Order: sequence, then structure tokens, then C-alpha cells
Amino acid sequence: MCVAVPGKIIEINGNTAKINVMNNITEADIRLVSAKPGDYVLLHAGCVLEVMKKDAAEELIELFQELGETV
Amino acid sequence: MITLEQVIKELGSYDGRPIKIMEVCGTHTSSIFKHGIRSLISPKLELISGPGCPVCVTSALYIDKLVEYSLMEKHCVLTFADMLKVKGTTMSLTEAKAVGGKVRMLYSPLSAIKLAKEEPDTQFIIAAVGFETTTPIYALIMEEVIKSNINNIRLLTSMKTILPALTYICDNEKGIDAFLCPGHVSVITGSRIYEELVMKYQKPFVIAGFEGEHILGAVYEIVQQITEGSFHTKNLYPSVVSVEGNKKAQELVEEYFEEVDDDWREIGRIPSSGLRLREKYHSYDAGSSFAASQTDSPKGCRCRDVVLGRIHPVDCPLFHKVCTPMNAIGPCMVSTEGACGIWYKNGGKNQ
Ligand code: SF4
Repeated sequence: MCVAVPGKIIEINGNTAKINVMNNITEADIRLVSAKPGDYVLLHAGCVLEVMKKDAAEELIELFQELGETV
Repeated sequence: MITLEQVIKELGSYDGRPIKIMEVCGTHTSSIFKHGIRSLISPKLELISGPGCPVCVTSALYIDKLVEYSLMEKHCVLTFADMLKVKGTTMSLTEAKAVGGKVRMLYSPLSAIKLAKEEPDTQFIIAAVGFETTTPIYALIMEEVIKSNINNIRLLTSMKTILPALTYICDNEKGIDAFLCPGHVSVITGSRIYEELVMKYQKPFVIAGFEGEHILGAVYEIVQQITEGSFHTKNLYPSVVSVEGNKKAQELVEEYFEEVDDDWREIGRIPSSGLRLREKYHSYDAGSSFAASQTDSPKGCRCRDVVLGRIHPVDCPLFHKVCTPMNAIGPCMVSTEGACGIWYKNGGKNQ
């Protein structure tokens, strides 16, 4: 039930946004975030939960950098 | 910098004291299978599921009430798909539908509002079930209902919060050494909610995403913390999880809902672990009840031990033999996020 997927905002119209999720265009509520077209976002139950601060690849590289530092 | 290969090598050859890590979220349970994590790490590192499937811990009496509403004239239950197949004391929403019950899918806050406007003569009952990830969705519905003066939407609530459940487990279940914290719950709550647990229980609480690398990284971090004897909250999912979480979502939830002691199916009552509509919004409540509700597992079913991390699904004598997704005995087998269902789908082996 807590599954969320990443997508990219194409355009915003009031409280809703058109979002590209793995090449499918879907509409979602964006009242929970301040976002702009082009932003990568995390989507859950027809609603944007958060704007992604970095992409997934970058995050994984940083993860291993950080883990290395704790040893 | 450490490489993924080094992490796997270290975790595969780990020979220290046995460590039991609870993954709280069903999506993590699925990812652990998908990425074959158990086959990569030492048998001394045990991954066990916890109470992180909202559907599995929703009381049977709550589902009965949804069924009842679906069968009432001019009523319609709006629910997320996960809730459809779980049985109450008599039937599930899918079964209710088969005998004429009106049940429709809730796709988004907007879809609920749209339906309510299109069908003003139908009373829509929202099955407001979920953890912090989903609670803001119900708050958004409430905001729109009030703003647009909609009077044919009411909420039947069974919303739960994860922190009291983790506290309950730390207090009552011995032998869990560390927690893999739910990534998407943490997006809303922020990583700070785990600080008090770290302080109080002196265990690692590590937040991770759902890629194999995330999970291996989290297990590695946990092993480091335990080996060094120094415990803290670690956020390995910073692309979406911040320290403070999503403030807007928190404020919205705060506006409409308040804490309440709540019953968890299979576990029982946990103080301050639920949310209900605030007094001033009671007219939007569809009779959500927080009186003692049925929490017993069906006979022979060991869902209680599964959600408390005492056993793996394969340790239940009914698993696979009597209990399958087609003939599910307990909620953990029905729900797509339930540990028994996930283990079954993946061949039921402690791979
Ligand atoms: S396998 Fe079936 S009977 Fe056993 S604990 Fe899981 S849901 Fe219950």
C-alpha cells in the first residue's frame, strides 16, 4: 500500500500535474509539494509526495561513498 | 568509497554474532526477494518481516463495516485495490461486490471528488486505511470536500502510525537487533522520528530505498553500527527523505486528524497508534469505531507471529499446504504487501 514510483512533471495546471511515469502520462495532485515542470517527483496514490532532490543513480553512488567513510 | 562488490563480500563472509534485522515495510520484503538479498549475505544476518502492511493489521470488524456500507442502498465504498480481497468476519469487499455491493476503486484524491460531484445522490464512503504515506491523501480529500462543500463523502478511518508500532515491538519482542525503516513512510515523517527510538533502545534504525543496493547498503550500515557499538539513525534514501519530512503533508494531516489508541489486527491495542477525524470534522466520519475489535487470527493461522517478526511465513504449519493466495487463511497471505503472500509468490523458500 505504501508503494510509490518516480516520474517527471510535464506540465502543471492548478492543483494537478501531468506526469510522465515510465513513458505513461498520468495526472496527479500536487498540493503537497512546490514543484515545477521538469522536476522529478515521487508519486503515490495519484498524488505527488515529494520532489526528488537527486536522481537515483547519483544517490546510489553517494550511498557507497558515505558507507565507505564509516569504516 | 566502498564498492558494491566489497559490501557483498563483507556481508557474505560475516561471521560475527547473529544479527536479526526487521524490515518494517512490505515493499522491502518484496525487494529482498526480487534482488535475492538473502543469497548474498551470511546466514548469520537474518532478515525478518514486521507489521508494515496496513491491510494486514486492519481489524476484521472494520472490513465488516465497509462490507455493510457497500450493501446499503445509495451507498458506495471507495477503496484502494489492496483492501479488496481481505476478509472481515464474513466476507471481503470483492465478495460483497459479487452479491451486489457497490465498491469502486479510489485512484486519487481528485477521482473521489469527481465521482462525488457526478453522482450527488450516492453517499461515498472512503476506506481510509494506511500508514503515514497514505494519510495525506485522505487529508487532501477532506480539504477539497470542505472547500467545495461536498456533502456526500464520508471517511471510515483506520489509519495507523508506525512509530508506536515500532515502540511496541521494541518493548515486547526481544531479539530484534536493528530496523530497516520504511522508505516511503519516512518521506512524510522525516528521519527524525526514529531518533527517540535509537536513544531509548540503542539499536540502529536505517532508512533505505527499494533497490538492491539500498538494501545491501542498509544491512552493511547496520553491521557496522553493531560491530562498533555506536547506534544512530542513518538515512540512505536522501533523494526523497529529509530530516523533517514533508511539512505540508504533516500540517494537512494535523489539521484534520488526531491521535487515538487503536487496535492492530493480530497484535491488539497500541496506545496512540491510530488517527481519527478531529471533533470539529466528526460529521464527515462514517462511524469509525475505536472500541475493542476482533484481533484474533483464524484458527491455526500464525499471522500474529509473522507480523511481530517471531517467525518467517514458512514456519507456519499451514503455509503452502492449506494456506495459499487462492485459499488464504490469514490477511498476511491475501494482501500483496503481506509477508506470507510475498513469500508464497517467491517460492516460499528462505533463499
Ligand atoms: S501462511 Fe496463512 S495461515 Fe500461516 S500465518 Fe500466513 S496467512 Fe496465516
